[in-house]
Parts: sequence; structure tokens; C-alpha cells
Amino acid sequence: MAHEKNHDYHILNPSIWPLAGSVAGFIMLYGAVRFFHDGGPWIMLIGLVGVLYVMFGWWSETVKENKAGDHTPVVQIGLRYGFILFIMSEVMFFFAWFWSFFKHAMYPMHPDGISPAVDGVWPPAGIETFDPFHLPLINTLILLCSGCAATWAHHALVHENNRKDIKSGLILAVVLGLIFTVFQAYEYSHAAFGFSGNIYGANFYMATGFHGFHVIVGTIFLAICLLRVYAGHFTPESHIGFEAAAWYWHFVDVVWLFLFAAVYIWGG
Amino acid sequence: MADAAIHGHDHHDDRGFFTRWFMSTNHKDIGILYLIVSAFAGLVSVIFTVYMRMELMEPGVQYMCLEGWRLTAAAAGECTPNGHLWNVMITGHGILMMFFVVIPALFGGFGNYFMPLQIGAPDMAFPRMNNLSFWLYVAGTSLAVLSVFSPGGNNQLGSGVGWVLYPPLSTGEGGYSMDLAIFAVHVSGASSILGAINMITTFLNMRTPGMTLFKVPLFSWSIFVTSWLILLSLPVLAGAITMLLTDRNFGTTFFDPSGGGDPILYQHILWFFGHPEVYIVILPGFGIISHVIATFSRKPVFGYLPMVWAIIAIGALGFVVWAHHMYTVGMSLTQQSYFMLATMVIAVPTGVKVFSWIATMWGGSIDLKAPMLWAFGFLFLFTVGGVTGVVLSQAGVDRAYHDTYYVVAHFHYVMSLGAVFAIFAGVYFYLPKMTGRMYSEPLAKIHFWLMFIGANLTFFPQHFLGRQGMPRRYIDYPDAFAFWNYVSSWGAFISFASFLLFFGIIWHALTRGARVTENNPWNEYADTLEWTLPSPPPEHTFEQLPKQEDWDKGHAH
Repeated sequence: MAHEKNHDYHILNPSIWPLAGSVAGFIMLYGAVRFFHDGGPWIMLIGLVGVLYVMFGWWSETVKENKAGDHTPVVQIGLRYGFILFIMSEVMFFFAWFWSFFKHAMYPMHPDGISPAVDGVWPPAGIETFDPFHLPLINTLILLCSGCAATWAHHALVHENNRKDIKSGLILAVVLGLIFTVFQAYEYSHAAFGFSGNIYGANFYMATGFHGFHVIVGTIFLAICLLRVYAGHFTPESHIGFEAAAWYWHFVDVVWLFLFAAVYIWGG
Repeated sequence: MADAAIHGHDHHDDRGFFTRWFMSTNHKDIGILYLIVSAFAGLVSVIFTVYMRMELMEPGVQYMCLEGWRLTAAAAGECTPNGHLWNVMITGHGILMMFFVVIPALFGGFGNYFMPLQIGAPDMAFPRMNNLSFWLYVAGTSLAVLSVFSPGGNNQLGSGVGWVLYPPLSTGEGGYSMDLAIFAVHVSGASSILGAINMITTFLNMRTPGMTLFKVPLFSWSIFVTSWLILLSLPVLAGAITMLLTDRNFGTTFFDPSGGGDPILYQHILWFFGHPEVYIVILPGFGIISHVIATFSRKPVFGYLPMVWAIIAIGALGFVVWAHHMYTVGMSLTQQSYFMLATMVIAVPTGVKVFSWIATMWGGSIDLKAPMLWAFGFLFLFTVGGVTGVVLSQAGVDRAYHDTYYVVAHFHYVMSLGAVFAIFAGVYFYLPKMTGRMYSEPLAKIHFWLMFIGANLTFFPQHFLGRQGMPRRYIDYPDAFAFWNYVSSWGAFISFASFLLFFGIIWHALTRGARVTENNPWNEYADTLEWTLPSPPPEHTFEQLPKQEDWDKGHAH
């Protein structure tokens, strides 16, 4: 590492995190498989703690590198590309769940399961769906407001570096995100259909469930940004972490709009 | 030139062994690690095939017995056929080859090592995440191998469902071996997606000044397009196998008609990933072959720009042809017609590539060194596989060929022979650069001819078997198929011998190979930036970014 570099790219020191993270991930998944098959959850939980620890350690280090000035303009462009690409891969992950949903909604199977006859009905007989214009609509508004609040914070940071507005915007975004999650949990607990044994429940819970998981991740991401704002991080010129959190949050918003339109309104 | 590139210093390396190989943030070291691990994963996978070909050598079941597996037919006692063991072998072979051998070698290994060098980048865009890709790949391989030895279906070890993991086989398979295999694919997918993000960002953001998109060498282009295929197709597979996981363990009915689900849906989602996957496997090989053929024909590659667009076109078309893998599931005639037409269209950009390679050689001063032999082999075999692919693309003809050995022969010609020959071409082409040692030319030529003869002997007769109607994925067959199976098995043994010889050649080169002193051991038509660096390149390359005259020969187009 002793040589002089004559470019603005970021050359990193050796790091234990990738190896540690992979070992922890292996333990977690092996433990999960044992857990599915009536073993205790302990191996999985140990692995999970390891994975979370690696995430914390790794990203803390990234934040330190940012403070040390390693994230030159060209590196920042790279980080932006990287994060957009990550979101694209997430979009394709949801593509699979929407595929399953649309397939079953447009070509429902015959109730007796005769394939490929497509004379079933959607929602399947006996399934009582949610009224999209009660709680789901409120949740839609909550999530959109949360997105607006994140954008408010973003503008406050970029245009005027108004620390007070950044904090207010982020607090609002995080709190609305939490309310969304609570409402979603409330909705799940009042569902008239189960998770297993029927295709409606499978599609509904897996699609909205993965979305809910992304809401939680995004909320944590925004909350971390909030803590970093309190710690004095982020300037109008350098705020990659914030920007990534905001993009992620908008991505989660858009997925919800598709879920709301397709699964709740059209498919209900 | 080289001095400018490495910014003159003695490249004394003061990293400890553990730091260098286990905590690496260096694209060249990570590339080497990928190549080593994929070679050993390949060895495991190839040993599976040798065992399978032993079993298929003669009618009847001699080796895979319920009483236990054996290595000699002479072993005493009854042999009750153990179909499960057979199914585990084909599944393990497929999963390992598709996810843990070819992609890691071409995309992870050569991609990591040479893409940044070709575009004059000092490293990858995210060097630490690069290492995460590698170690997740190791974790995935471990899960896959563990799966083979874990309690599975039929109260035996391992899962015998085929690499495509179709339900209801995969959802009904007992034990937890199947779940481990699913997670293995998840982890390898995450590894590839992170790798793809890294490659795309590096390609877009770190090209050396002056290197506009259409001046980028073809191998780097192939890695870039491959990355897009990985980025957009693997997450869809992750969704599909997550559905398998919940169907297996949590009672969902995505693929279970008794709960309103549809097993055919899985096939659609799987092949939406699976067809791009086969281009993920072959595209980096295309890139390597272009450089090898140009170098050893002493001519710049013919039609650079069409070559780039052909790669892009193949990548894009790869997303819209998936259902040609499932003509017989009961799709409407309209759907079949569409998928048939779209599939045949791919022959056009592929033809552009093949003819451009031939045109590159035309009038060239051809030097039949080992890498060029492998490239010749690739060209011939990939074309044979491509032509049988056009045959199979026809929905009507596929009625007869579906799930026969004709299909087995077809996809092994494009993958086992196409992609693997490209890997070997790359290994011999780049070995002096990566290690600073030259391989033994006579041994490498013996390796080529053994493999070429062995592989053709293995797979060409399988076309005949398929046309005679022999179905794939069976442990046994009627006597009528005996002759060509016998021939095919001998071919597999010869190929296996050549693979062992390959390990010997590498060992010989590393310990006794002649030292490579010049930066470019080939000729001036190996004109991409990696050849301006010492062999092996120092730990940090391009600390001073290369100048345009180092690489821009202006003859590409």
C-alpha cells in the first residue's frame, strides 16, 4: 500500500468483513434449514447475529472512509451507479412475485387443480379480500407522505444545508414508515385468509411481506441517516448514504403503488 | 510504456499469506482465487460425470446399487438399481456446472482479473464487495456440496430432482438436502449479483481517459453485457426458488394445484432466468475467443462494431425466448410460434460472431499455439451446438427430441465444449500473464487433442441416441442403445484423463515452466492493456493511469 497513487479511485486496504460475512451467512442459512426441519433456531440466530455484526462493522468502516475523504467525486459517481444497480436487481426480485400474482389472477386454475384448464375465478372461491379503500388506502397515503418527508429532508440538505429541516423531515419519514409497518401488521392479523393452503394467501403474503421487509430495512436506513445527521455527517456536496436511503425509500414507495393497484384494487 | 503504467517501483509485496488471500481487496488476487476454486468445483462435478458414464457404459445397473455404491463391476453380490443415487449425480453435476464452475471461472476469474486491466482501471469499483462475491461463492459451493451429503429424498442422501428443481419433484423431495441446494443457489446468486453490480460500475465509471464505449476491448464488453444478464435474471430466479422454499416448508401453494397453484409457473420463471443464464455462461467465452483468434491470426478482430452489437443483441434476445425450453407443457400454438421465431432470430447475431471470427482468420498468419487450438476447437464445437440448437428451436421437431439425448448432446456442445473450451483457451492464453510462467506447449497440445477427441466421442454419439429415442435422466436403457453409450463412456474417460493432465500441466508450469520476461509473450496483436504490464503484474496496476497511445491502436474500426 506504500505506493503513491495518481488517480482519484478508491483503493481499499485488506478487510476481514467479506470472509466473516460469508461464514456468518453460511451458518445462518445452514441453521435456517435445520430450523425448518424441527431443529432449534439457535444455529440460525448465531449466524444472523454474525451477519448483522458484519453489516454494522463494514458500513461503519465505510462511513469512516467517507469522513477520511476517500469518496472523491468519481468514487461518489461509482457508489451512485452501484446503488441504482442494486435497486434494479431488487426490482427484478419483485418481478418474480408479481409474475406469480398476475399469472394466477389472470389465468386462475380450475378449483379441482386440473392443469392447464383456466376456468377458475380470482380471487379464488371462498377468499374474502381486504377492502382496498380502507386501511390499504390510508397506508398508501402514509407511505407517500413519508416519501415526501424524505424528499423534504433531501432538499433541505442539498439546497440550504438546513440541519433543522433535515432532522424534521427524516424524523417524519421514519415515524410514518413505522406507522405503515404497524398498520400492515394490524391488517395481517385481521386477514380472512391464511398464508398456507391457498394461492391467494401465498401471493398476497409473500409479495406484501417482502415489501414490508423492505419497508423495515428502509426505515432503519433512514433512521441511521438521522443519527448521522445528529452526529454532524453529510454536507451538500457529500451525502451518498443519505441519497441511497432516499432512493431506496422511493423504490419501496413505487413497489407499494404497484401492489396497491394490482393486488389490492384490481386483484381484490 | 510499462514504466508509465506501473509507475516504476520494485513491487515488493509485504502482505502476509492470510491477508493476501483471505482478506483480499485486489481484483487480480480475487480473480486467481475464483479460478482455483472453480477448478476444484469442476473436478468434483467431472468426477460425478465419470461415475455416471461408468454406469451408462453397459445396459443394466452395475455400480449405483441400493446395497451401496461401487467402483468395480466385479464386486460381488446383488445390485439393486439405485435410481436416487443416479438422480443425485445428475442434479449435483448440473447445479455445480451451471452455478459453481463455469460462471465463476469465466465471469469471476477472467472477468475480475482482466476486465479492469483491459480498461486501464486500478482495481474494481468496489474492491471489498468484490471479495464478498468471492466468499459468498465459496459459501454457496459449500452448501451445494453439503446438500449432496445431507439427508434427502427416498431416505437416502442428496436430492435427485434435476438442476432445474422443477416442482412437484423438488417440493416433494424429503429431508433437508433440497433446502440446502436452494440456499446454495440463493447464495451463489447473491454473489453473482454483487459481482455484476461491481463489473457494470467499473466498466461505466473507471475506463481510462479516452476509452470511449466503442473502444473498449471485446472481452470487457462481453463481461459488461454478461453483468446485465446476471443483474436482471438472477433476482427472478431467487424469487422462484424462494417460492419453492415456502412451498416445501411453510405450506404455501405457489406450485401446488390442490391449493390453486400451478407447477408450470415455476418452469416459466425458472427459464426466464435459465435462458439468459446460458448466455451468461457463454458470452465471456466469446470475448476471450475474440482476443485469442485476433492474436494468433496476427490480425485485428474483423468487424469490431458488429461484434459488440452482436453481444448486446444476443444478451437482449436471451430474455425473450425462455419458453422454448418448455414447448411440450401445453402452450398455445401462438405462443409456441412466437418463441420459435424469437429463438431462431438469435442465430443471426451468433452467426455475425462466428463469421467475424472466421473472417479474422482469413488471410491471417495463423499460429497454432495451444490457445489458438482451443479457439479452433471452440469455433467448430460451438457451431455444431448452435446448429443443433436451431434444430431444437422448432416446436414441431422438439416434440420428437424433447428430453432425449439429442438435447443433452446439444447443450453439452455449446456449454461443455463451447464454454469449457473457451475457459481453456483463456487459461493458456493468460497463464503467462497471470503467473509469469510459460506452460509446456507440447503438453498443452496433447491436452487439447485428448479433450477434443474425448468430448466429441462423448457427445456426438448422443445425437444418434437421441434420434433413436433414448430419454435423458435415466440410470438404465434397453440393449438397443448399448453401442453408442459404450462409445460415449469411453469419450468421457478420455476427457477425464485430459482434465487430470490439465492439473499436471498447470503444476508443471508453475514449478518448472520457463519464466516469462517480456510483458507480451505473444505478438503485437495481443494489443490490449494487460499486455503492457509485467508478467505477473505487480500488486497495484495503473497507479498512473495509462496514456491513450498505450492502447489506442486505432485499427479496431
